Amino acid sequence: MSEIYEQIATGILEGNVPKIPELVQKALDEGLNANDILNDGLVVGMNEVGNRFKSGAMFIPEVLKSAKAMHAGQELLRSLLAASGAAQTGKIVLGTVQGDLHDIGKNLVGMMCEGAGFEVIDLGFNIEPEKFTEAIKKHQPNIVGMSALLTTTMRAMGYTIKAIEEAGLRDKVKVMVGGAPVDAEFAERIGADGYGHNAVSGAELAKKLVGAA
Amino acid sequence: MTENLTTTVSSKSQTVEISRNLPTVIIGERINPTGRKKLQAALEENNFTIVRQDALDQVAAGATILDVNAGIPDGDEPVLLKEAVRIVMEATDVPLCIDTADPDALSAALSIYEGKALVNSVNGEERSLGEMLPLVKEYGAAVIGLCMDDDGIPESPEKRLTVAAKIIERASKLGIGPEDIVIDPLVLTMGADHNAGRITLETTELVVKEFGVNITMGASNVSFGLPDRMHINAAFMAMAIHAGLTCPITNPLVTELTTAVLAADLAMGRDEWGTRWIEAFRSREKSD
Repeated sequence: MSEIYEQIATGILEGNVPKIPELVQKALDEGLNANDILNDGLVVGMNEVGNRFKSGAMFIPEVLKSAKAMHAGQELLRSLLAASGAAQTGKIVLGTVQGDLHDIGKNLVGMMCEGAGFEVIDLGFNIEPEKFTEAIKKHQPNIVGMSALLTTTMRAMGYTIKAIEEAGLRDKVKVMVGGAPVDAEFAERIGADGYGHNAVSGAELAKKLVGAA
Repeated sequence: MTENLTTTVSSKSQTVEISRNLPTVIIGERINPTGRKKLQAALEENNFTIVRQDALDQVAAGATILDVNAGIPDGDEPVLLKEAVRIVMEATDVPLCIDTADPDALSAALSIYEGKALVNSVNGEERSLGEMLPLVKEYGAAVIGLCMDDDGIPESPEKRLTVAAKIIERASKLGIGPEDIVIDPLVLTMGADHNAGRITLETTELVVKEFGVNITMGASNVSFGLPDRMHINAAFMAMAIHAGLTCPITNPLVTELTTAVLAADLAMGRDEWGTRWIEAFRSREKSD
């Protein structure tokens, strides 16, 4: 029984997009529980991907391929997990802040967070503070993630946090930030709850913020 | 094929011509606090020692124009940029590329600049065109136009060409000629999309064919997230020069990059008798 979980984890590690749905279906046909397939197979593989990326043994294109395989597996499990009432890891609203049009890093964080089991609502780039607060009201996420790639736009993260405070929503969400010019000290200074150095650590941070890690 | 245009920029004492008929011009990228904590901290304390040293090192390594960016999160950009430009003009004789998205900072820096500067940059966004281009005209500068607009960075080469066309047209209405516009086709990383490099190269070819303008890019982005970045950067640099790149914004202290530029110039027939290539070889031998 644990053999198929191992195969799934390995498939994720290899970024084997066609094979993962096959394996997940096989596991379901064997009568295994969707939640266990997710946690003992897919998530185990994705965690190892994260570890290898952090140690420099895997690179971004490989991580993206693994995330795609993960996604293919999750798709198959989605309806079953919803029916069983198994809770999702959480919900994240993501966006690149006002004045900044860079979205590659933010997109990578989104993919990794989906891989970690979050529902991700991507607002896009050049997002005004009010758009963030509107999205919080509408989607009621656990986390708001902001990205900025320029030294001159990172201050918009601070303005956005202020807008969230002024809208009386600050205690409803955790705020995480990232992007090339951002660091942990800056994150603390503007009152964010955490800083992610890259897409993998961003997803790990998200799990930590919702108490899932 | 449109005629290749020549962009001229100058300092008080030097004039640099950028053209596909001449060797590639390296714009030194180092004076930029993005991703450089030490420089950022120094600028926060109004300390320009690193700026001055970066200027000297880059010129010694072969930069013919220097980019100057002084944008820090809590800094007064007009004051800092103006001072950084003053310091670099004092330390070196090369023309400068004034790098800011803030019209006030641009105006402050251009007001003290001696010569014809290159402005980095405008893009197709209405705000950028409306606020930055008049300053470029007022001070008689040349300007870099980025192929992105209010809708972000277009995915296809054809759409990026459309943004370039819009910038060139708007500049022309203000009396800024295409010879004073340098287009940046934008380089995204192949680490996130394996087509990113090809899209930049094709955009470059399209823009050159249509307008004959000079082309710049921050070519090192192309390898972000991939191992052995330097080999990718060097190969991509050479390919981009073949496609029409004439003035990359890059780090001249990285020998692999400057060597790739020289080799590409040689291969493009822009290095008579291989003189520059051989000179660079001798100077590398000496420093070993």
